[in-house]
Amino acid sequence: MIGATLVGIATSAIRLATPYLYAAIGEAIGQLSGVLNLGVDGIMLMGAFTGFYVTLLTGHPALGLLAAMATGASMGLLMAFISVTLQAEQGISGIGLYLFGLGLSTLLFGMTVGTVKTVSGFPQAPIPGLSRIPILGEILFSHNPLVYGAFALVPLAWFVLNKTPLGLKLRAAGQNPLAADSLGVDVIRVRYVAVVLGGVLSGIAGASLSIALLNVFQQNMTNGMGFIAVALVYFGGWRPLGVLAGAMLFSTVNAIQVWLQVQGVKIPSDFALMMPYVITILVLASMAKRRIHAPAALNKPFERGGE
Amino acid sequence: MSDRVRSRQYAGLLIHLTPLFAVLLAFFVGALMLVGLGVNPGTAFKSLLQGAFGNLNAIADTIVKMTPLLFVGLGICISFRGGVLNIGGEGQLVVGALAATAIALAGKGFPGWLLATVALVTGALAGAVWGGIAGFLKAYLNVNEILSTIMLNYIAVYGMNYLLRGPMMDPLQVKLGFFIPQTARLPRAVDLPRLVPTRLHLGALIAILVAIFVYVFLWRTTIGFRIRTVGMSRRAALASGINVRRYTVLGLLLAGLFAGLGGAVEVLGVHHRMFTDGTAFGFTGGAGFNGIVAALFGRLHPLGTIPSSFLFGALLTGANKMQRVVQVPSALIVALNGLIVLFVVGSEVIRRRRLRRLEKLTIVEEEI
Repeated sequence: MIGATLVGIATSAIRLATPYLYAAIGEAIGQLSGVLNLGVDGIMLMGAFTGFYVTLLTGHPALGLLAAMATGASMGLLMAFISVTLQAEQGISGIGLYLFGLGLSTLLFGMTVGTVKTVSGFPQAPIPGLSRIPILGEILFSHNPLVYGAFALVPLAWFVLNKTPLGLKLRAAGQNPLAADSLGVDVIRVRYVAVVLGGVLSGIAGASLSIALLNVFQQNMTNGMGFIAVALVYFGGWRPLGVLAGAMLFSTVNAIQVWLQVQGVKIPSDFALMMPYVITILVLASMAKRRIHAPAALNKPFERGGE
Repeated sequence: MSDRVRSRQYAGLLIHLTPLFAVLLAFFVGALMLVGLGVNPGTAFKSLLQGAFGNLNAIADTIVKMTPLLFVGLGICISFRGGVLNIGGEGQLVVGALAATAIALAGKGFPGWLLATVALVTGALAGAVWGGIAGFLKAYLNVNEILSTIMLNYIAVYGMNYLLRGPMMDPLQVKLGFFIPQTARLPRAVDLPRLVPTRLHLGALIAILVAIFVYVFLWRTTIGFRIRTVGMSRRAALASGINVRRYTVLGLLLAGLFAGLGGAVEVLGVHHRMFTDGTAFGFTGGAGFNGIVAALFGRLHPLGTIPSSFLFGALLTGANKMQRVVQVPSALIVALNGLIVLFVVGSEVIRRRRLRRLEKLTIVEEEI
């Protein structure tokens, strides 16, 4: 009995970590290059909507995913243009992007779909062989493709960031853009690439909600997940593995909360729903004494020949 | 020579109009979006204008909608000028409204003016606490205030849902078995007086007086000067012996104070009870975010934020009409506001660069 419960919680924790992982790793890439994108939640909402709508029209979740990625890329491009080319204050422009995504996704949903509809999103894809392993098979290897993708992204991001020239350029642009520039790194271009890539991943994060985990779209369905993802980047110390730990912490709390509600445990549900946000604040506060620093040039626009 | 001076004056004027261009650009994009959705933008914008200014009631509604934007926006002026970004307007409005509601309900029987004043002050203080938490976390634990204020928004919303579905629910709702999540109506004695026979209430006047007060506070008092100094350069502020941490807390605390007052005014002046649809938006109408837009558009100047809040209040009022007439969800305005923020902060740099070039030109000429 207890065993089955734990397996159930662990399985849903893995599932629920998916959107956090995509969004937070995408955000980490952007931040490492020096751009703080606070519009993640807005990009996720647009990704969720376009993914949902295209899947609804075509019946192919793969096409929906592509649409969500394209949407994420264009919103990333917009953010890059405002914050890198126009050198706008990144915190405020991120909030602008959030409002834009929130409003536009609500508007489009209202004018095209209007009512609650479900789509048949990505099906479960148990991995042959591995999914038959007792316990672990159910927890780890009986999910849908987007869940596997999220976890595969962690080592992939680690490799790209730490072992490839692109990763090196990216981190240089975020640590010391002047030095990077003098060594021939095109800082502006690197930042564009990072922010657009982050946008694509946020788009996937949104789609993972609407066409893989929940298979519906609702206005403001992310409920601040994108902002929590930004907090996870701080929590994870700008490292993919750290982000993974943070995402698992959150999804486990979520899974336990859902389980408690199903069990009818007498905590007012509002307090249970409040938990992720309280924990985010506690987590951020507990980081005060840690010796991990943000990329030195985070939130600082770069101008060739500037001071 | 005089021609050149004049052309420079025009250039200077153009530079100050940059935010206006940003808004026009946002509306242009909005028009394109409407065309894409098969709606005639002319009809849509016309119904928007009519809804905002069409008759006396419409104008009064615009001013009613302007009021919370102005309260939030004034707090934004203080915090942004102090170098801290308060995105917590939504939560601060909710907390202020809840506190004012609780006081007004508890104090039934006291003279109306006294009870209303105490309720407004309590609402403001509750907002100040909510903002102050983020200020404390920023100053002493280095917690990014954007994230903490956003998290505090969600915490406030779930707290509100709990209270309105539980301890604060209207006893009548419980008795009738409807369980609509709202409080009882506040005693009529605390209703803010109406100014003209419309929905316009005293709160708008309070907001404008507060705007003047904030202007004087920021530019004519030592504390205001220090807040602005911290915002301009933390290092310079530290070097001149200013307690940067204290003023960081103060910036967010005051932002929360005015937003909380705004929430209290909404309850006493407009709704006369607290209610929830489960989200912050249901009660605030997004004023916590729209106030930021209004303050940015008002160039973070308390007096500039007055007309700017009026403009955005008009947009919101008009959007309701637009939704009824051409069935365009009022979410369009949320999207447009997002674009306006992007374009205003984006154009800020262009403006500054042009200004710098202008100054350089002038210096060169003077040297000649």
